[in-house]
Amino acid sequence: MRKDYDVAVVGGGLLGSAIAWGLGRLGQRVAVLDEGDIAKRASRANFALVWVQSKGLGMPAYTGWTVRGSQAWPKLADELKAQTDLDVALQQNGGFHLTLGEAEYEQRTQLVARMHNQTGAADYRMEMLLASEVKKMLPLIGPEVSGGSFCPFDGHVNSLRTFRAFHTGMKQFGVDYLPERPVASIAGDGGEFRLATSQGEMRAAKVVLAAGNVNQTLAPMVGLSAPMGPTRGQIVVTERTVPFLPHPLTTIRQTDEGTVMIGDSKEDELDDRVQNLPINAVMADRAQRMFPHLARLNVVRSWTGIRVMPKDGFPIYDQSETHPGAFVACCHSGVTLAANHAFDIARMVKGGALEPELVGAFTAQRFVNDAGAGGSGYY
Amino acid sequence: MFKRAEGDTRRSVTIHVEGRAIEAREGDSVSAALLASGLDARRATAVSGAKRLPYCMMGVCFDCLVTIDGVGNRQGCLVPVVDGMQIEIQKGKREIGK
Repeated sequence: MRKDYDVAVVGGGLLGSAIAWGLGRLGQRVAVLDEGDIAKRASRANFALVWVQSKGLGMPAYTGWTVRGSQAWPKLADELKAQTDLDVALQQNGGFHLTLGEAEYEQRTQLVARMHNQTGAADYRMEMLLASEVKKMLPLIGPEVSGGSFCPFDGHVNSLRTFRAFHTGMKQFGVDYLPERPVASIAGDGGEFRLATSQGEMRAAKVVLAAGNVNQTLAPMVGLSAPMGPTRGQIVVTERTVPFLPHPLTTIRQTDEGTVMIGDSKEDELDDRVQNLPINAVMADRAQRMFPHLARLNVVRSWTGIRVMPKDGFPIYDQSETHPGAFVACCHSGVTLAANHAFDIARMVKGGALEPELVGAFTAQRFVNDAGAGGSGYY
Repeated sequence: MFKRAEGDTRRSVTIHVEGRAIEAREGDSVSAALLASGLDARRATAVSGAKRLPYCMMGVCFDCLVTIDGVGNRQGCLVPVVDGMQIEIQKGKREIGK
């Protein structure tokens, strides 16, 4: 079967499906080439925060991009609900990063001060709160909690349902979702890209690489680069309990259906087959020191998953100079930035040019002169 | 609906369901005792609140979740009754402190 498309999106995870949904919404003819169910998929392993606080230390443009994403999320949630009838349970009433003991409180206070000293970052009103103030908003905190930072823009969402909503929605927009088709090679000339897959060749006028860590190997085929770092994280999930956590934390959140997710680990590792149990023990211990009643709950599952992480922690969006029409997109925060990908990046891809005022800072050119200064896209 | 077999000579024990004394037999699971009691032992599920009774009776289906001696979400089919046990029919999600 041969069919022509306006855009081939390589990767059907949260990032690829957000862009494909956005392109379909704009009337583009789109194919999504995806791997199968056993792909290492960050979309199924993430923590589901829509998170602003402390993002962008070392790169003010990332702060702006994140705030924009947070503010566009309600529109995305509304459109997905209207189209698919799936409620992604978006909640944006502010979030915490809690600290245990005085040393952690001091450390966090310094980070908040550094963020405030950076241009533009103060706009999102991240502030430190004493334990007594935290307790008014989170009554069940334990005695070891020394306080924490709060940002009124932070929130969370049901990310699995978001993933499903994008896939349901893009199908309704006429997007062809083609699983079990890892892309082996991409050739581009004469305004057309030919993508070789395990199930034959595919042709499209444009190509968007949204394949997570695999972008690293795909990007050079079309004159792009996407340096990634190996990162994995672990999450522990408890049985359902009555709602007790009105605001999400960086390390603990309660889902709309009552389970409690615990996790903020980060290891330089790409093997997701075996969990590092001592890490789970530390995460669970910290969680029950923050909320002592959690100690009574049963753990029903835990997992380790690969995160997509550009080398310096900040997103990469680029269009190829040697192969115009070839775009690359990768980022760590596929949930937080989902609305930007669905609305902004999709618009830019359709228009054939990235908009420098929004995403110019995220070119991979930054790695050419600077081997990755080690910023803070994360935390 | 359920009736005890005739000639069951096991010793009788008393458990309390929502504060009400119920006769059970030594060796009964909590779920078996609840089903034999004739009481409305239906729990409400954690998300939709649907009414459910113990189903598989062997630890697999989790439809027998019940609060036993103040501890929520216990599988009633796997816990033998003990004299004086306090049972609460679970309504929805496990409560804080239970």
